[in-house]
Amino acid sequence: MNEQYSNDQEFLLPATTTFIVLSMFAGLMLNWLPWQGLWLALRPDFAGLVLLYWCTHKPHRVGIGIAWLVGILADVADSSLFGQHALSYSLLAFGGILLHRRIQMFDVRDQPLQIFPLLLLSYAVFAAIHWLMRGSISWEYFLGSLSSALIWVPLSILLQTMRRSRSNPNEL
Amino acid sequence: MDSTQSFKFFNRGPSPVARFIFFALISLLLLFIDARYKHLESIRYVLALPIQPLQRLASGMATQPGAWWDQFSGYVDSQGNLINENTQLRQQHTVDSNKLLELQVLQTENTQLRKLFDLAQHEDFPMLMAEIVYVERDIFKRKVFVDKGSQKNVVAGQVVMDETGVVGQVTRVYPWLSEITLITDKDHAVPVQVLRTGLRAVVFGSGDISNLALRYMPISSDVQVGDVLVTSGIDGTYPPGLPVAKVTQIERDPAYPFAHIVCTPLAGVDQQRQLMIISGLHKIPELPSESAPVANIKIKKPKRSKQ
Repeated sequence: MNEQYSNDQEFLLPATTTFIVLSMFAGLMLNWLPWQGLWLALRPDFAGLVLLYWCTHKPHRVGIGIAWLVGILADVADSSLFGQHALSYSLLAFGGILLHRRIQMFDVRDQPLQIFPLLLLSYAVFAAIHWLMRGSISWEYFLGSLSSALIWVPLSILLQTMRRSRSNPNEL
Repeated sequence: MDSTQSFKFFNRGPSPVARFIFFALISLLLLFIDARYKHLESIRYVLALPIQPLQRLASGMATQPGAWWDQFSGYVDSQGNLINENTQLRQQHTVDSNKLLELQVLQTENTQLRKLFDLAQHEDFPMLMAEIVYVERDIFKRKVFVDKGSQKNVVAGQVVMDETGVVGQVTRVYPWLSEITLITDKDHAVPVQVLRTGLRAVVFGSGDISNLALRYMPISSDVQVGDVLVTSGIDGTYPPGLPVAKVTQIERDPAYPFAHIVCTPLAGVDQQRQLMIISGLHKIPELPSESAPVANIKIKKPKRSKQ
């Protein structure tokens, strides 16, 4: 495990700000696809996952402030209450930053079990706010946290691959 | 982590805990303000300006292949189908024009009768066609966005219909978009009248796409399965006489004071893509002040005023 971690260190390009912003943007766009019905319930929270990826892999570049900003954007787009997504994403980023060393210790295949509680917590915060304001809750909403945890593996492998240099790695 | 990061070790700013508490407090504050007051709507509009084209792009990317496929299958559709359809449409047209004639006769008759009774004239409502751009991605809510906004003089509170009945109400207006809350949104209320008996009631959304509930109706109330509910126009928001729902199920359990009445919306609330925004609101006299309690009860609380 440690070996792989150090391998990553050697072969990864430094994450440029452009790349981080673009990946965040792509996550939001994926969230904004017209999901409906059961698919909406099963939709992984792509923006939240990308945030969590950066919070666990580059905790000093992407932090709670950026998570909060992304949350505000998501709030406007979903016409939810101001701060609803923001609070749940801040919590997600906070958890990611607190546990980033622990999560990186695990192989990517074992990471979903580690991040699932974080996702569940942030989903629960979102649902709790909704419940406080509107007095109703639909339980299938929490399916999203499960599918998010499942899609973590392909997503983080994809991001990791895109950070790898295509030219000669020895130049780094 | 990176070797450069260890140099920054001492000037990294507040700890994650402090940052989290800071942003959580801001979020909670915003939540409170947004839930209680309307001060943040302008900020929402400003932020929505760059976001909404992106949202439309995202939903466009997803629906575009389907639209192309429709075009393609339209080209290869056999001529026979088209001829059949044409015949059917012609027949329908004949039937419809007959009905239209009847309607015109009835309208003239109605106008004359109304003049006789010196009643306020029902006006024709100017309609605005709008197309659903995307549906709400929040699983808790029943909302859609259509492509006409304040640039086309859409105002919050206007009623949205399809050709068979009421679909919902405009609740928020952006420059090029407006948000429509469907009548099936949880606890969304529409004042209605039973078409058969004239009984006034309020129909509530259940959060489920195909159900509405007629609440606070006594067990003895005269409602039957198959009754059609139309808007009563009492609230001044919905014009009177628009079909809303049909009663599908009634449970009269003596253990409860009210009957359990389930209705189905008449409009294809979740099926249409083209909707009509009714832009002329029905004018009713101003609500009398609190000193006139009799009129007040009748207008403000239609659900309690059933006989």
